[in-house]
Amino acid sequence: MRTIHVDEISGAVARLVVEANTVLGADMLRSFDRSLASESSPAGRSVLIMLQDNARISREEGAAYCQDTGFAIAFVELGSEVHIAGGTLQQAIDAGVRRGYTQGFLRASIVQDPLYGRKNTGDNTPAVVHIEQVPGDHLSITMMAKGGGCENRSQFKMLKPSDGVPGVMDFIVGCISNAGPDACPPLIAGVGIGGTFEKAALLSKQALLRELGSPNPDPKLDELEKQALERANKLGIGPQGYGGDTTALAVHIRSYPCHIASLPVAVTIECHAHRHKHVEL
Amino acid sequence: MPTGSAPAPGTSPASAPRKPVRPPLSDADVASLRAGDLVAITGVLYTARDAAHALLIAALDAGQPLPFDVKGQIIYYVGPTPPHPGEVIGSAGPTTGGRMDAYAPRLLALGLKGMIGKGYRNATVKEALKTHKAIYFGAVGGAGAYLRKHIVKVEMIAYAELGTEAVRRLEVVDFPAIVINDCHGGDLYAAGQKQYQRA
Repeated sequence: MRTIHVDEISGAVARLVVEANTVLGADMLRSFDRSLASESSPAGRSVLIMLQDNARISREEGAAYCQDTGFAIAFVELGSEVHIAGGTLQQAIDAGVRRGYTQGFLRASIVQDPLYGRKNTGDNTPAVVHIEQVPGDHLSITMMAKGGGCENRSQFKMLKPSDGVPGVMDFIVGCISNAGPDACPPLIAGVGIGGTFEKAALLSKQALLRELGSPNPDPKLDELEKQALERANKLGIGPQGYGGDTTALAVHIRSYPCHIASLPVAVTIECHAHRHKHVEL
Repeated sequence: MPTGSAPAPGTSPASAPRKPVRPPLSDADVASLRAGDLVAITGVLYTARDAAHALLIAALDAGQPLPFDVKGQIIYYVGPTPPHPGEVIGSAGPTTGGRMDAYAPRLLALGLKGMIGKGYRNATVKEALKTHKAIYFGAVGGAGAYLRKHIVKVEMIAYAELGTEAVRRLEVVDFPAIVINDCHGGDLYAAGQKQYQRA
């Protein structure tokens, strides 16, 4: 049994949330380059160039890429041979979020009560923590900073099994169309198919973590992703909704076994401020 | 680099031809702008988003004065990150305008001439833009680090307890925006999507 103290986890999380908010991933930067090469709308091109500038300024000056520095979501792989000492994972991650957001000049965007009073917690806690147990003695943490504007356009639908592939395709493209300019396109759609109501939603978030431009390991889903992306980019919404060819940068899908009666589909809408960083402890 | 030093000319789309906009705006200023026009705003903007709008409308309901005179002014829907030491403001891009739809017509009736945000406005707001001669501008959502460099001065005006959602008076130089909805019924989102949509 390996023991990891919560302080080590908090320190790592504090670093990850700052890095996620100030250093956009290389896969995202490459996707901006690819989009610029194909974007025919002048307004759309000017937006993409501004996003490249924004990423550079953010990295060089340590300034948040977007002022919405997001809901902190943790995806944890916890080895079965790991013992967490000094507290719980939730406590450790919250302490890291508190420190990273406060000391890193990131915005506090979380209210304590969603319905009554909506008072800001002041330090962007609590985090949403997803823990998956894996074999071995390693602990890996991916911190995602999830923006509110795009999250507001995420959707879930219980399709009928008879709706099949066309039904899923229509729903994905419909979600991107519905998100439109509100969700800060160019967008990424994370899609969870199968499982239960809550499992599909989690899959849709996990799907976002795959490297942009990498193929889906499942050839059938890879084909579905490509077709959905092609259809999304025919919508004409374009960068920021000003009209153009680049409405979405990617569609990423994960699936899971499901009930004989069901075909659940969840779509997490993610904006171009697609921020996530990973550490192995 | 301190906030306020705008990107060098020729390195950014901010250097593309842009119409200058200098608030306070008159009806004639507003009427001269059309959906799709790229603009560079220089002068004063007031910040307000969800929580501040609720308080502004509550003040009006209570017959109290607003913390600033909206006549001719532009409200920027933004909740900035805290400034780094030595800077005036943190990252400061627009938030979704549609969440202010419930409040905006009331402020437009009082003479507000512009709003800066991103995303669709509802039919009531678009109608109010025509009735009261006002503009809905779009700034590039998510370009917070870039846009902050066009903000040179920040002053807390009201509702400081709201933190990022407080009302601030900004001074901006060549702040890049685009006209989404004009006072003639023009709508960049509708026109742009129609132009680039493929079957």
